[in-house]
Amino acid sequence: MTEHHTPVTLSSVSENDPRLQPLAKNPQDVERRIAVLFVAGMVLEACFGWAYWINAQPWILGFTFGMGLTFLGIGLIAWGKYLMPQGPFVEERHVLANSAADRDAFTAAIVDRGGGVIKRRKLLAGLLGGGLGVFSITALFPLIRSLGPLPGTTLQHTDWKKGTFAVDVTGRRVHVDDLAVGSIVTIFPEGKEETDNGQAVDQTVLIRISNSNFTTQKGRETWGPSGYVAYSKLCTHLGCPVGLYEQKLQLLVCPCHQSMFDVTNGAIPNFGPAPRPLPQLPIYVDAKGFIRAQSDFHEAVGPGFWERS
Amino acid sequence: MSDSSLTTKRAKKQALGPYGKLGQAVNELDERLGVAKGGRTFMDKIFPDHWSFMLGEIALYSFVVLLATGVFLTLYYVPSTALVTYRGSYAPLYGQHVTQAFASSVDLSFAVRGGLLMRQMHHWACDIFVGAIVMHMGRVFFTGAFRKPRETNWLIGVILLILGIGNGFLGYSLPDDLVSGTGIRIAFSITESIPLVGSYLSFFLFGSNYPGTAVIPRFFVLHVLLLPAIIVGLVGAHLFLLVRQKHTQFPGPGRTENNVVGSPMFPIFMAKTTGFLLLVAGVIGLLGATAQINPIWQFGPYEAARISYAVQPDFYMGFLDGALRIWPSWTFHSFGHTIPFEVFIPSVILPGVIFNIIMAWPAIEAKITGDRSIHHLLERPKDNPQRTAFGVAFFSLIAILFIASSTDVIANFFRLDLATVLWAMRILTIAVPLIAYPLTLRIAKELRALEGSSQRKTANLVTRNAEGGYDAVSAPIHPDDALTHHTAIALPTFITEAPAGDTSDTGVRTVER
Repeated sequence: MTEHHTPVTLSSVSENDPRLQPLAKNPQDVERRIAVLFVAGMVLEACFGWAYWINAQPWILGFTFGMGLTFLGIGLIAWGKYLMPQGPFVEERHVLANSAADRDAFTAAIVDRGGGVIKRRKLLAGLLGGGLGVFSITALFPLIRSLGPLPGTTLQHTDWKKGTFAVDVTGRRVHVDDLAVGSIVTIFPEGKEETDNGQAVDQTVLIRISNSNFTTQKGRETWGPSGYVAYSKLCTHLGCPVGLYEQKLQLLVCPCHQSMFDVTNGAIPNFGPAPRPLPQLPIYVDAKGFIRAQSDFHEAVGPGFWERS
Repeated sequence: MSDSSLTTKRAKKQALGPYGKLGQAVNELDERLGVAKGGRTFMDKIFPDHWSFMLGEIALYSFVVLLATGVFLTLYYVPSTALVTYRGSYAPLYGQHVTQAFASSVDLSFAVRGGLLMRQMHHWACDIFVGAIVMHMGRVFFTGAFRKPRETNWLIGVILLILGIGNGFLGYSLPDDLVSGTGIRIAFSITESIPLVGSYLSFFLFGSNYPGTAVIPRFFVLHVLLLPAIIVGLVGAHLFLLVRQKHTQFPGPGRTENNVVGSPMFPIFMAKTTGFLLLVAGVIGLLGATAQINPIWQFGPYEAARISYAVQPDFYMGFLDGALRIWPSWTFHSFGHTIPFEVFIPSVILPGVIFNIIMAWPAIEAKITGDRSIHHLLERPKDNPQRTAFGVAFFSLIAILFIASSTDVIANFFRLDLATVLWAMRILTIAVPLIAYPLTLRIAKELRALEGSSQRKTANLVTRNAEGGYDAVSAPIHPDDALTHHTAIALPTFITEAPAGDTSDTGVRTVER
């Protein structure tokens, strides 16, 4: 069978046109190099399969897989760039916009055909619109009423109550002799130390103040007995645990955004973005020497929100 | 083989026409779906060549890797906050009570064959995905490719960036480790900070007060189903518009507003871009193999009352974290209500403003310049000094906010006072964009004034002549520039005609353009 090659688009372009030739000056050489890359890629991917089979170290899996694909990829790119017709080729950019008449016809179809129908049956259109309107509002109810409970006053309270024993993370009651001067422990309401709410909301730091220039806040004279003072551990900025205690400076530091709270002065923030002091938990030492809460916190703990009074 | 069987074979072959079985298949397909004309137009589609056009491809291909590795991960990850006792192979955690989400993520890393590689590749691919989108956006912005008629595709691109960042954050939260758990806590607090509806929104998102048990399964569904589906759809729309409107090109000899000069889709562009897909996947594989990322077993499981030092989110959340750090503690508290401006402004208003400006930029620029005409030829950054200066100032603001997310690390590393670093960052946030704007404007204007500054300089060959003088002749064109110096031709297609006298209509076709 004889074959005839006819250029379809441009009769002046022959098959020998330089623009249909590869970019490489010595294609054989390039071809050899690409062949080496492909062989290397093939071998590495085979190694990948073998490594996977024998459960080799993850880095061996990744190395053989990644290196193999890299070689295959570079080879293929080189093939496209150096061994295929170098071009450049051109195509026309057709105007997407249609004629004014076409556009008018389209608009007219919408306005006249559709609009006419609606104008003739205004009552039906209004009722349908009303029905869909009601649905579009009530369709939001699954979002509002299924996803979660209403907050109510949840954010205003913790599990601390009058007389609640303070326990450490293991559930052991904290005794007044437990802490050396200048040390700190995270406390939870007894029975809540393992719960999500206890961990996330009730967490409180109990500090045995080492500094004699402790400033008692007004109205809180009885809140910190025996050199002990308890503050909510939730940063008032974004609710991260205020987990760093700078003992020398008597500062509680939040590692998230570096708010610092002065332990000796009502945990008032003296650095960083936190806007409020850490709420203080009123505590007392009972007859047996255990630390207990006088009441819940007197304000909402953690970051600010609209209903926070 | 007998003579007759040979003839039959030849006859069969002849009956198939000059293109054999493939030609036959095309015929069958074309009779049903009419694919021949459109298919060939698509194969002949010209893609302009420029290195910066590959940035979007990196984003696309890292997304392919994300999908592939992500499917693998879903097979082993358990989206549950139920507590289990860890009894896996990582000794330091043995016997600890951890959530199933954390335990399954650790098991994924140590017990599932190839699991650690897949996890690390997934995480690296995500960082590359978001980074490549940002770079691609920078290219589109600084070359003016977003101008009419491509405003819609710009908008889709910005939404893809936002979704990419959002889905990255969701995925980062899933292992329920100490670092990501802190991130979830912050996300709850940020939602809480919205005036009027904040506490409601956060309760609806988390299904209860923080932390609750719903957040991990909900984030999982959003991360693996809802957001990927939207992203896939928008990527499809993005590519469809690209094909429909054709790619922009840099100006050059023979390149006009009415044509596209470059390589055809098939086989040249396809070879290059498929090679690039393999390369992107290969590099992500190498990163996953050699560069540890997010070692959750070192962070440990999330416990609400514990926290780690030097906590930083993934890089694409950095600018928000930085803004939260340097924003002053201004709050509103009156009439029994609190508006936490110290959180609401840097983490809700600021990104809202930033992304709205970006989305609206094509309209803003058209409004300022009054230029509402269609553009297919790109500008170089120097060609539009005002836009370039604005873009550089904008990027520098984001960059400073990003750096500000490591104030504590910087203070520690350089042994500086934290307050010094904080104030330096606050000042730089305002100062750097203000300096960057006029500086860039000046550089762009001076570059624009230079003759031929965007062309590669051709070397001069200097020879000494017999008289002792020097002659300079310009050297031949640099091989890499050859493409821009040849006149482009329309892509020819050569068809094989059936031998004359063959009456079957399967072989002979006339192709019209």
